[in-house]
Amino acid sequence: MDATYTFLQHYWWLLVSLLGALLVFLMFVQGGQSLLFTIGKNRIQQKMLLNSTGRKWEFTFTTLVTFGGAFFASFPLFYSTSFGGAYWVWILILLCFVLQAVSYEYQAKHGNLLGKKTYQIFLIINGILAPVLLGAAVGTFFNGANFIVEKQNLTNLANPVISSWTTPWHGLEAAFVIWNVLLGLAVFFLSRVLALLYFVNNIDDDEIQKKSRKRLIIETVLFLVCFLTFFVHLLVQDGFAVDPQTNMILPPKPYKYLHNFIQMPAVLAVLLIGVVGVLFGIGKTILSATWKKGIWFAGTGTVLTVLALLLCAGWNNTAYYPSLTDFQSSLTISNSCSSLFTLKTMAYVSILIPLVLAYIVYAWRALDRHKITGKEMEENEHTY
Amino acid sequence: MIAEIDNISLIDWSRAQFALTAFYHWLFVPLTLGLGIVQAVMETIYYKTGDEFWKKTAQFWMKLFGINFAIGVATGLILEFEFGTNWSNYSWFVGDIFGAPLAIEGVVAFFMEATFIAVMFFGWNKVSKGFHLTSTWLTIAGATISAFWILVANGWMQYPTGMVFNPDTVRNEMGSFWAVAFSPVALNKFLHTVLSGWIIGAMFVAGISSWYLLRKREVKFALASIKVAVAFGLIACFLSIWTGDGSASQVAKQQPMKLAAMEGLYEGGEGVNLVGAGILNPSKKEYNDNEEAFLFKIDVPIPKFLSYLAFGKFNAYVPGIKNIIEGGYTKPDGSIALSAEEKIARGKLAINALANYKTAKADSVLLEHKADSIKNALVLAAETENYTETSEGDTITAIALTGDELFAEKKAAVHAKIADSRQQLKENFAYFGYGYIKEPKELIPPLGLTFYAFRVMVILGGFLLLLFAFATYFSYKNKFETKRWLQWTCLISIFLAIFAGQAGWVVAEVGRQPWAIQDILPTSAAISKLSASSVQLTFFIFLVLFTVLLIAELKILTSAIKKGPQINENKN
Repeated sequence: MDATYTFLQHYWWLLVSLLGALLVFLMFVQGGQSLLFTIGKNRIQQKMLLNSTGRKWEFTFTTLVTFGGAFFASFPLFYSTSFGGAYWVWILILLCFVLQAVSYEYQAKHGNLLGKKTYQIFLIINGILAPVLLGAAVGTFFNGANFIVEKQNLTNLANPVISSWTTPWHGLEAAFVIWNVLLGLAVFFLSRVLALLYFVNNIDDDEIQKKSRKRLIIETVLFLVCFLTFFVHLLVQDGFAVDPQTNMILPPKPYKYLHNFIQMPAVLAVLLIGVVGVLFGIGKTILSATWKKGIWFAGTGTVLTVLALLLCAGWNNTAYYPSLTDFQSSLTISNSCSSLFTLKTMAYVSILIPLVLAYIVYAWRALDRHKITGKEMEENEHTY
Repeated sequence: MIAEIDNISLIDWSRAQFALTAFYHWLFVPLTLGLGIVQAVMETIYYKTGDEFWKKTAQFWMKLFGINFAIGVATGLILEFEFGTNWSNYSWFVGDIFGAPLAIEGVVAFFMEATFIAVMFFGWNKVSKGFHLTSTWLTIAGATISAFWILVANGWMQYPTGMVFNPDTVRNEMGSFWAVAFSPVALNKFLHTVLSGWIIGAMFVAGISSWYLLRKREVKFALASIKVAVAFGLIACFLSIWTGDGSASQVAKQQPMKLAAMEGLYEGGEGVNLVGAGILNPSKKEYNDNEEAFLFKIDVPIPKFLSYLAFGKFNAYVPGIKNIIEGGYTKPDGSIALSAEEKIARGKLAINALANYKTAKADSVLLEHKADSIKNALVLAAETENYTETSEGDTITAIALTGDELFAEKKAAVHAKIADSRQQLKENFAYFGYGYIKEPKELIPPLGLTFYAFRVMVILGGFLLLLFAFATYFSYKNKFETKRWLQWTCLISIFLAIFAGQAGWVVAEVGRQPWAIQDILPTSAAISKLSASSVQLTFFIFLVLFTVLLIAELKILTSAIKKGPQINENKN
């Protein structure tokens, strides 16, 4: 196969994985939502929490949309197969994001029809469902899903649909696979850990600081239990490999993901640096009563860890979306990707990404220079 | 039969769900596009003059902008993902082209919007005046760039260009990015759509401000806002007529059936008049029955105007629905139009050729495999059984050659089949989508909806132009405050402007039925394989959710409007 084409497939898997990894990090916004009543005990505290992580909700949202768009442009067969097949999972994810999009803006406004509490409950629903469902959906990258891809169907006038799902649950069956659920829960607890670290960094309030640092311990333990169980299982589980010469999917191979890490030492290094970053960010925040930079270490660590996991799912001749119904329908980065022309064109577009990241960092810093305080919340400003 | 009924119902519910989401999305987006510019202009005045009055004025409109923005984002997310969830075949068939603008929209536009909207809302006391103003402009720039890319995608569906069909991957693949991004249809669609957003935004500001005048509240704020809005609205209206004209001529060239439906034109001809207003005849059931098309109709007083609008010549030939189905007329490029029957036949040829190509390709792989294994077996047999020291090499080569020869004829036949089917597919691909069409009348879009929606859009557009002209005149003569009839008209016209925008989308999207991609893929072949009841359920979930959120939005908006900007007039 054309070396450029192969390179671009890997490059785009890297970009999509990076977006996915950023999305998991940015889900600290969801974590903040699910902790709204746990950390915030009175109106003003809750308002500070909402205005801390909440002012970043558009980044999470935009990253999700861009993740979808980039996946569509680079691996359209995944877009059509998974979204059209695991219908209910994606619809649930979308619905809970709709709730989020309106809730921040509407909850504190007069005449909001449903009352402040309802919108805050919407935020909590999104805070729980979004990380759990997205985590479980990513779990299917390793644990497979039930679908068939038959491109020749297009010539069947009575039934021209190429991708079909083979369970009537349309994606909900993923919730009955314990390893998917564990990854979902791991992402959920991680989002809460990151939110607590962000509160510590961003809110100038002694009580919230104290409570957040204390709460961090239990959330970290729960996160580690879920994540490590998932991760150990990942290392010992079978995976689908693809023969790069014939593009045929090979029968499940024992320890495939463990081998992937061993055969791609750079990815393994990224994973280890990421894990150390997360643990250092959390650990030092727990041990020190004044250190506030945990979010940046744990956040960067999260991005690196998730990136390594997603690269492990798609690189090294691995099927990133294994079909449990028909091996040969499994999706790989080479059989599901866009044409060479499109990947190349989009690679030129990707040159803009550092510029985008740069202005995000610049604007973010400009706003975060001033910490959230009770005083700002009481002033007649634009607040949530 | 049951499967077929379920399929039809699935297509209808999938379309209904997409239409519902698009309808709601388009309630909010135009306001974002239009209001965004108005508030940015106001903040610019504040930046230049340092007058706090303009800061507060801009801030008030930004507050309304924020309330509206959130729900636009929510519905937009659903739209993007619905291409996958409900139109999965579409997503594979053209994802190679269609995905790119969506991804670029995310990378280039959405992040710009999301980053700077946070500065716009929360940065007043945190960043410098210049940085804040830049952020306000970048927010609206992001929104407009996002409109550009999504309309490039939509334009491409109306006028597919810059792609080639690859039978090996069974999809269309991009051949020229620039042809897709800067197709004349896409550019025109972008301009016309964004301008309609500007008109709606301007009408919103003028209408709400008029409400304050009617209540004799916030007079200075209202008059100042009106001055900015009506001039902006008037410019947008003029530009919108220009782009609308461009749009009509593109429809005439690329989607003649849509144009015929817009006009209720069954029998075309040379020098056709433009219908000004009319009532379609409900007893006309078939395109070829002898019923009259209209119960009542008035043409626009300029004779042969449709021919002129469509092709720039008063005597140009415009085909009607019957002509398009029966074919035989000369098209603008000089070729003779095929009949619907012929197009369907050629579509079926194309689909059949694709099937043959795929079978031949599979046969070819099998054959290679078989040839190799037989050859290997022969060689092995030669090595073990007929082994002689002297003739070893020659014998084996000879046997290997015999193995090849055995299959040579078959291989040649398969390769010929591959080449033939490929050629046949190429020749007929322009009609690929017609292969899924069962009978010609399926090619006619819902006529009533298209015809009336077009009239609503054009008539309301004309009315809004007049209104903005009057409003601008009185506003700049400082007489707006006393013209209560004008204030009432402006207030009511907020709804008319929104209605006109929706009608425009009905023309564009209902008018192109049955096509998801013009001539290449009908909606019936674009769907996901789901049960109709699942899509029906999600349709109602979205309907209830969006409606509740719309009511909430309207209540919050009206409550914020009632509270008003509270600008202390004595101080200013």
